[in-house]
Amino acid sequence: MDRYLAQKIGFVVLGLMALVVVVPILLVIGTVVIRGIGAIDWTFLTQMPRDGMKAGGIFPAIVGTLLLTLGTALAAIPVGVGGAIYLAEYAKDNWLTRAIRLAIINLAGIPSVVYGLFGLGLFVLFLNFGTSIVAGSLTLAIMTLPIIISAAEEALRAVPTEFRTVSASLGGTRWQGIRRVVLPQALPGIITGVILGLLRAAGETAPILFTVAAFYLPRLPRSIFDQTMALPYHLFVISTQVPGMPTQVQYGTALVLLALVLSMNLVATIIRSYFRRRRQW
Amino acid sequence: MIELAIRVLGFSTVGFVGLIFLFLLREGIPFFFEVPIDNVFGTRWYPTFDLFGTWPLILGSILVTVTAIIIALPLGVATAVFVREVAPGWAREILKPMIEVLAGIPSVVLGFFGMTVIAPYIRTSLGAPTGLTAFTGALILAYMSLPTIISVAEDALDAVPKSYRDAGLAMGATEWQTIWRVVVPAARSGIVTAVMLGMGRAIGETMAVMMVTGNAARMPLSVDSLFRPVRTMTATVAAEMGEVAQGAVHYHALFGIGIILFVLTFAINLAAASTIFQKRRKGGLR
Repeated sequence: MDRYLAQKIGFVVLGLMALVVVVPILLVIGTVVIRGIGAIDWTFLTQMPRDGMKAGGIFPAIVGTLLLTLGTALAAIPVGVGGAIYLAEYAKDNWLTRAIRLAIINLAGIPSVVYGLFGLGLFVLFLNFGTSIVAGSLTLAIMTLPIIISAAEEALRAVPTEFRTVSASLGGTRWQGIRRVVLPQALPGIITGVILGLLRAAGETAPILFTVAAFYLPRLPRSIFDQTMALPYHLFVISTQVPGMPTQVQYGTALVLLALVLSMNLVATIIRSYFRRRRQW
Repeated sequence: MIELAIRVLGFSTVGFVGLIFLFLLREGIPFFFEVPIDNVFGTRWYPTFDLFGTWPLILGSILVTVTAIIIALPLGVATAVFVREVAPGWAREILKPMIEVLAGIPSVVLGFFGMTVIAPYIRTSLGAPTGLTAFTGALILAYMSLPTIISVAEDALDAVPKSYRDAGLAMGATEWQTIWRVVVPAARSGIVTAVMLGMGRAIGETMAVMMVTGNAARMPLSVDSLFRPVRTMTATVAAEMGEVAQGAVHYHALFGIGIILFVLTFAINLAAASTIFQKRRKGGLR
């Protein structure tokens, strides 16, 4: 066979396979939007569920997911960014650093449901937080850590060494250099990583199953030691546990969750591309 | 003072991995003492009758994961090659964000889509009693592991030195021949890493799998197992933990499955990590 013909065929096949990857993604999003958009109105977004969740709104689930995401952010950002600063600025190339890297890779690979078991064992039972927003947020935070650390470390390492040298030459201590020069430069990258980690937390179900999620709780949580409904678990409940659920309510819930997660994704992408274009170095 | 805090935060990840393992052991180890070992590795999982055979669950997980990887590997590598080597700029600008979007879609949404759209389609096209089968789960898992496979494979292709490509082209090979016979083989070990990480992702997936595989705890040994309901380890834990009393044998059993899952994914990631570390030392991930 003519080898240029072979090349043409090869490229077309590769393109087709990429299409096979992309088309189902559009199909999922399209289906959820088209079937769910009809359910979305002010009542759906701001009312308590009624009639065994078949009517009314999903307000407590939306609030619950926002609260859990906020709690995750509060716990995961300081630890994650701190860990990244250590790895990027302080760590020497020794066995301890390798152990940390190995731990991060493994944290990233631990199944979400195992995080749920761990959260149940440590936060809910051993520390006696009960099934609560604290327990759920902390569980999600540990799950989110590897994403935040990896992204933040990469952002810190991308800052050229000269920035640190100049800071030191002006008499700054190492920490002053990091705090005043390196961190501000790496901030967009760190924020992007944090958002990507948090959107993972917002969409996860398995880690909150036994640590915080309430099956049906038509009120807002009263404290951080209260249970709460959450969007992903609510979608799971109304699509598998409640017979005779109106399809539109299911798709509406899926749409709200998808919109929340994808808008976070969009924000992260915008921040990244905006600062990449503006960057001077 | 602050530097000390940062040092502690740096080490904290190691502590978390240790804590996770410790608490799994604390709640799960009793299972392996309370239940006779031939029951633990029996072929029937019926907790109500004190039958805690984990084989059907382990094999269920393996069946679904391996099928998913068989689907995802060619798609993922082809897409990575397409994005890195072939695609015009505009196609790359569309593909990369789309794959990121896929990585962001919550697994419960994919599971829901699988239940309501894919499963009915599979049922009618197979004429099977249910569309909730191992294959349905594998299909969704394949797409869930694609972002991991594509991005790691892309890094691997990226790390192949330009001189390799130049040499291929200078020998008179077409771009296609260079990609296929030089670049991809040079990226081989990186692609293996991609597959391992994708596998780790797939075996740990919970919600989507639980929603679309039908959850029948039976040994998937017959030829048509792929098109019948199956139950994975992750789905078992997620589905049953809500109903058990703390401290019961069944409770310990679910933590015991957690230990198995932890050890499995730990081993997979360790293997993947060791190839990454090796390559880093040799200069560049390939």
